[in-house]
Amino acid sequence: MKITKVKTEEKSNARGVAWYLRDRWEAIANNRLMLPILLMVGFVLSFAIPQFNLVNPYVQIIIMYIGINIILTTSLNIVNGYMGEFSIGHAGFMAVGAYVSSLLTLYVFPRSLVFLFFPLGIIAGGVVAALVSLIVAIPSFKTRGDYLAIITLAFLFIVKSVLENISAIGGPRGIVGIDKLTTMPWVFFFTVLSLWVIRNFIHSNYGRGVLSIREDEVASRLMSVNTRQVKFLAFAVSSFFAGVAGALFAHLLQFISPRVFDVLKSTDILIMVYLGGIGSIAGSILGATIYTVLLEVLRPLGMFRMVLMPLLLVFLMLYRPRGIMGLRELRWFVPIQDLKFVKRWRRKKVSTDGNSAS
Amino acid sequence: MYIIQQLINVLQLGSVYALIALGYTMVYGIIRLINFAHGDLFMVGAFISFIVATYLKLPFIPTLLISMTAVAMLGVNIERLAYRPLRQAPRMSAVITALGVGLFLENLILVFYPYPQSVPILLPTIVWNLGGISISFLQVLIIGLSLFLMLILDLIVRHTMVGMAMRAISSNKTIVPLMGVSVDKIISITFALGTGLAAVAGVMYSQAFPVIDPYIGILIGWQAFICAVVGGIGNIRGAMLGGFILAAVQIMVVAFLPSTYRDFVTFTLLLVILSFRPYGILGKPSMEKV
Amino acid sequence: MAILQAKNVTHYFGGLCAVSDFNLSLEKGELVGIIGPNGAGKTTIFNLITGVYRASQGTIKFNDVELVGKGPNQITALGVARTFQNIRLFKDLTVLDNVRIACYSRAGYGPWEALFHIGRYSREEERIANLAMDLLAMFNLDGVAEEISKNLPYGLQRRLEIARAIATSPKLLLLDEPAAGMDPAEIDQLMEFIRWIREKFDLTIILVEHQMRLVMKICERLQVLDFGVTLAEGLPVQIQNNPKVLEAYLGKGSQE
Repeated sequence: MKITKVKTEEKSNARGVAWYLRDRWEAIANNRLMLPILLMVGFVLSFAIPQFNLVNPYVQIIIMYIGINIILTTSLNIVNGYMGEFSIGHAGFMAVGAYVSSLLTLYVFPRSLVFLFFPLGIIAGGVVAALVSLIVAIPSFKTRGDYLAIITLAFLFIVKSVLENISAIGGPRGIVGIDKLTTMPWVFFFTVLSLWVIRNFIHSNYGRGVLSIREDEVASRLMSVNTRQVKFLAFAVSSFFAGVAGALFAHLLQFISPRVFDVLKSTDILIMVYLGGIGSIAGSILGATIYTVLLEVLRPLGMFRMVLMPLLLVFLMLYRPRGIMGLRELRWFVPIQDLKFVKRWRRKKVSTDGNSAS
Repeated sequence: MYIIQQLINVLQLGSVYALIALGYTMVYGIIRLINFAHGDLFMVGAFISFIVATYLKLPFIPTLLISMTAVAMLGVNIERLAYRPLRQAPRMSAVITALGVGLFLENLILVFYPYPQSVPILLPTIVWNLGGISISFLQVLIIGLSLFLMLILDLIVRHTMVGMAMRAISSNKTIVPLMGVSVDKIISITFALGTGLAAVAGVMYSQAFPVIDPYIGILIGWQAFICAVVGGIGNIRGAMLGGFILAAVQIMVVAFLPSTYRDFVTFTLLLVILSFRPYGILGKPSMEKV
Repeated sequence: MAILQAKNVTHYFGGLCAVSDFNLSLEKGELVGIIGPNGAGKTTIFNLITGVYRASQGTIKFNDVELVGKGPNQITALGVARTFQNIRLFKDLTVLDNVRIACYSRAGYGPWEALFHIGRYSREEERIANLAMDLLAMFNLDGVAEEISKNLPYGLQRRLEIARAIATSPKLLLLDEPAAGMDPAEIDQLMEFIRWIREKFDLTIILVEHQMRLVMKICERLQVLDFGVTLAEGLPVQIQNNPKVLEAYLGKGSQE
């Protein structure tokens, strides 16, 4: 008798801890003030860390890579996650952004003021990448699934090949000596900007269109969705931010070449997307962070690192095929309008029913 | 003369592509999965032949057979452990798993062999000269062996019960178990055949280009995949056709244009072909019932 | 004025003729049925009208506007909506989202406003959401607005499909076997339901059905198809006794 009593007590203690933690998490997740607070803290830290070397420079670089990867992952998630396609060409858009911005900062912008023009270069990289995305968007109107995957793959190889063949921009050797203009505040700013814009896009009419294409494209068209417009926008936004990430990347690494933006790079981004969750911005942040950090943390393992990582990935896919967050989104990222709407509508209905009854 | 010489090169390269492309297309046809680890199985085949030839010092035929068997077993087990549990999951998860398996294989081999390895030549280096065209024993073997294997595969698919079951599962997976056929067994056989062929390609490749490293699977794998798509993915004859078409394009480009244009022309041509025949040359769109 | 005019519509799938010389003239407000054995081409006709397939031959005019050659989303925007034989809801999305998506073409803001949530975004989103919820309320689905649609019971899913189609603000509604899987009591309810939506939303309806009970009681006119060919047209009573129709249905246990 005594033994069983102890057991249930133990169990309720363990349960108690779990419930307590979950309660604390709920409180945090529900408190919408957390997000602005976190943003402020992040903003301050992004200046403070490099200024006072709060962490060593190596870790600072890792943090910046996390930011860049977050942008890459979230932008690819629009096409691969929310729209349900399989684009392998993301590294190609990254390459476009990297090259365009680097050429601008090296040869076009006035050298002495280059740090002022840097954001312009980044945006330009994104814009050109978005224009280039037409090459992939247009076939996507007619093709889907595996065939579109091929087209994006071909696009990637073509971009790589074109870059290799233009000796004016370095050919196979690439561009060296790019200014290190990427700083933590810039990474922070563009990461937050990307997340905000992408989140806006998803929670809009067009975002719903994207989701409807994933669910059932034929039904979607029959429900008045202009799928061409939606696909065009999805690819444009996705590749814009890939270009932005590419520009930040180029000005951090200070060296780019066609080989950097190959299938392996695209594969990296794919893994981050599916790791975190294919329909979730929070998932993308999680996937990018975990992947980048894990790669660094496992570095002491040397070559075994790259043996272990894919194995972990396979295990993850076997047990959570939709990624860590799956299709669930963190409440912070849902516009408050959306979140509270149904409740408000119901309250209004009750009051109008009450009025009409009396 | 030059053209005919290049034609022989096309046949040689095309055979290698075709063998690998067949594996992709067979697996896709039966479980709708693009097995991105396939190219790495080709690489494993090459490495196994290297290991067997170097340490066990066996001649060509046992080496080839051991490599084929080992890779086939590996392929079947990968399917059983990594792909089978995901048959009901969203398709992309299986594809990512395949990518993971491929990366795993590449890096595993890399751990043991961080530097390129030299493969012992197991075949007589005879070269025949017929009126200005030189053709080596190796080339004849590659072309001959590949055509022979493709013929056998075609026979299996068209004239045996197993082949019929494969084609049945291809078109309608749910009915087949109801007819008393074990779907799992047929899928395993498909994998065994497909990966076995990739191993043959790997062995032949390593004899033709005796310095190998763990990354040879990636580029050839993706290119063979393109072959399968161009021919019409899921279509066995299409894969063979695609293999030779791609080889022809690549070799002709390198023969007449600067070699750096090769990928550009290849992939642009791919896009062109796909825009006219969106499902590949011999492919048929899977009719979606509305 | 005829709201829908289909003339000499013929469609081939490869070598197979799915629909042969189909003609239909529909006045506003009518409730017409298309019946026939399985594979007769009924759903194909819906697909032709809504632009999923482009008719090999013939013309289909909706309020004098030619539909053949237009894409499905254009045709839906013109005012033709449909439901599906096997429910095609957006399964992983909520009930509310399913309906909101149907309002895509009437959302009053553009991409730039969407990207930054500025301008007309807030106002239009509020309007669409209100529209959707009010519509759901009319169908008694507002209680499950935030449920994932695949979790709904079958009957509610069917209702949602119709609600979603109506959310596109159609003038012509094509219902593809709405009674599939229903028992006689449910069919009676469905009948009332169809009458109700016809009146409430001022619709013209074409019904494709197998369940003769529903068809006979509710349709004003019938057209019978078999192997793509129109066997007969006319009033339900006429069709019921038509020997060609009986022959086509022989052994199919259609008379309930």
